[in-house]
Amino acid sequence: MALTYNIGEATIEGLAYVGSLARLTGGAARSIFIDPFRGRRFRLSRAVHQAMSVGVEAVPIVSLISFFVGTILALQGAYQLRKLGAMQLVAAAVAIVITRELGPLMTAIMVIGRSGSAFAAEIGTMKVNEEIDALETMALEPIHFLVAPKFLAMILMMPCLTTWADFMGVLGGGFFGVMSAGFTWGSYFRATMDALVLRDIVTGLIKSVMFGIVITAVGCREGFATGLGSEEVGRSTTSSVVKSIFLVIVVDLIFTAIFYFTAPS
Amino acid sequence: MAKDARRKDDSGETPSGPGISVRNLRVNYGEREILHCISFDVPAGETLVILGGSGSGKSTLLRTLVGLEKPSAGEIWMRDKNFAAMSDAERDALRKKLGMSFQSGALFGGMTVGENVALPLHEHTPLDESTIEIMVRLKLDQVGLSGFEDYMPAQLSGGMKKRAAIARAMAMDPEMLFFDEPSAGLDPIIAAGIDELILKLKKAFRITIVVVTHELASAFLIADRMILIDKGNIVAAGTPEELRASEQPRVRQFLDRVPEPELTGEIDYLQMLTGEDPPPHK
Repeated sequence: MALTYNIGEATIEGLAYVGSLARLTGGAARSIFIDPFRGRRFRLSRAVHQAMSVGVEAVPIVSLISFFVGTILALQGAYQLRKLGAMQLVAAAVAIVITRELGPLMTAIMVIGRSGSAFAAEIGTMKVNEEIDALETMALEPIHFLVAPKFLAMILMMPCLTTWADFMGVLGGGFFGVMSAGFTWGSYFRATMDALVLRDIVTGLIKSVMFGIVITAVGCREGFATGLGSEEVGRSTTSSVVKSIFLVIVVDLIFTAIFYFTAPS
Repeated sequence: MAKDARRKDDSGETPSGPGISVRNLRVNYGEREILHCISFDVPAGETLVILGGSGSGKSTLLRTLVGLEKPSAGEIWMRDKNFAAMSDAERDALRKKLGMSFQSGALFGGMTVGENVALPLHEHTPLDESTIEIMVRLKLDQVGLSGFEDYMPAQLSGGMKKRAAIARAMAMDPEMLFFDEPSAGLDPIIAAGIDELILKLKKAFRITIVVVTHELASAFLIADRMILIDKGNIVAAGTPEELRASEQPRVRQFLDRVPEPELTGEIDYLQMLTGEDPPPHK
C-alpha cells in the first residue's frame, strides 16, 4: 500500500513539475510571439546578449569536445569494422551517429553545464537579493523580462551550435580516417556526404531545439524555486543540471522513437 | 487614527483621493495566519511608519501593500481602487505609480546605477534615450549620487546602494513610496542621511510614504503617523507624540527596549515547547 502511495505521489509531483515547465515555456512563447503584436515591446537586445553568451561563447568548447567525440567514435567504429574488413564504412558510421544523436546530445550537455546552470544561478541570486520582487514592483513581469530572451536565444543558438558540433565531429572522425584508415580528406568527406540524407541532419536539429527549450525551462524554473539564503543558489544550480540532463535524455528518447516509427521504410 | 480615516470598517463607503486605506487585511502563509484583520489609513502626502519587532509581520504587511503577497481577505484601497481585487493589468498600471525601496537595495547587479534607474523609464515610457539620460542624472542628483551613473552596484557602499535604490524607486515620479528598513545595517551618520533624504523627498514631492523599520530614532524623525505591529496585530496607532505618551504595555516595552521576560514557571515552559494552552488547574 505504501509503495503504491509513494509511486502515485512521485507521479503527481513529476507531472506537476512538467506542468510548471510548460507554464514557463507558454509564458515565454506568449512574450516572444504574441505580445509584440499587442503593442508590448520585446527587447531583442537582451536576446542578442543571451545569444552571445549561450551560443558564440560556447563555440570553442563545443568545437573541441565534438572533435574529440568524432575521433573517439571513429576509433570505436574502426575497432569493429576492421574485423569485417569494412573500414571504408567508418566515415558513414561517424556521420550518421554524430548528426542524428551525438552532435545534438553532446551540445545539449555542454549547454546545460555552461548556460542552464548559469540561468538557475542568475535567477536564483536575483531572487535571494529581492531583484525579482523589485521587477514585480516596477510592473515588469519576470517571465517577459528575464525568461523570454533566454528562450529566444536558446531556440536560435542550439541548432547553430549543433550544426557546428556536427561539422567538428565529422572533422574529428576524418582526422582518424586520414591518419589511420587510408582515407584522404577528399574521400572521407565524399563518403560522409554519400552516407548522409537530409533527414539525418534535420532530425538532429529538431531535437536540438527541443533540448534548448528543456534546458531553458528547467534552468529558469529551478532559479525561481530558489529558497532564501545563498546556499540555496548552489542547490538550485546543481538541481538544474541534474534535472536538465535527465529530461534531455527523456526528450531524446521520445523524439528518436517518433523519428524511427515515422521514417519512410 | 480614526479621525483621519477615509473609510470605516465594513461601512461600504467609497474612499476618495490618493492615499492608502487598508481594511480587515488578513495574510496567510499556508495554514498560518501572519496578519490578523489589520485596518489603517495613510492620508495623502503623509508618512506612516510601521514599527514592530522581528517576526511581527511588518515586512509581510509592506509586501502585501505593494502586491508581492496576496491577502487571504480584506481590502487595500489606493487611488480609489481596491488593489487586492485588481486584475493583473490594473495592478501593473497602479504599480507604475508606486515606488519601492528594498532593504537590500535590490539593484540589478549586472546593470550600472544609471541603467538601474533608467530601466522603468525604458520599459514604461516612450521617452528617447537622451531624455532618459537627463532624467537619470536628475534622479541621481536628487538622492545625492551625481556622477555615479556608470558605477556598478557592487562598487557602491551600503548607504549609496540605498540612495541608488531610492533614485530607481523615484524614476517614474511615484505618488506613493514604500521603504523596507531604509536605515538597517547603516552607521548612524549614513542612516541620518537617509532619514534626511526621505524628509526632503516628502517635502519636495508631497508623496505618500510608508516606511517599515525598527529603528526608533529614525521612525520618530520621519513619521507623521505610526503603527506598532505585534504578532500580526496592530497594538497601537497614532502620531509619534501619542505613541511616546502611550501607557500600553507592549508599546512601552518596545520603546523602552525592555527584553521579553524569561519563562520561569513549569507551565509557561511547557506551553512554549508545545505551543498549546496550559491545562486548567484543578
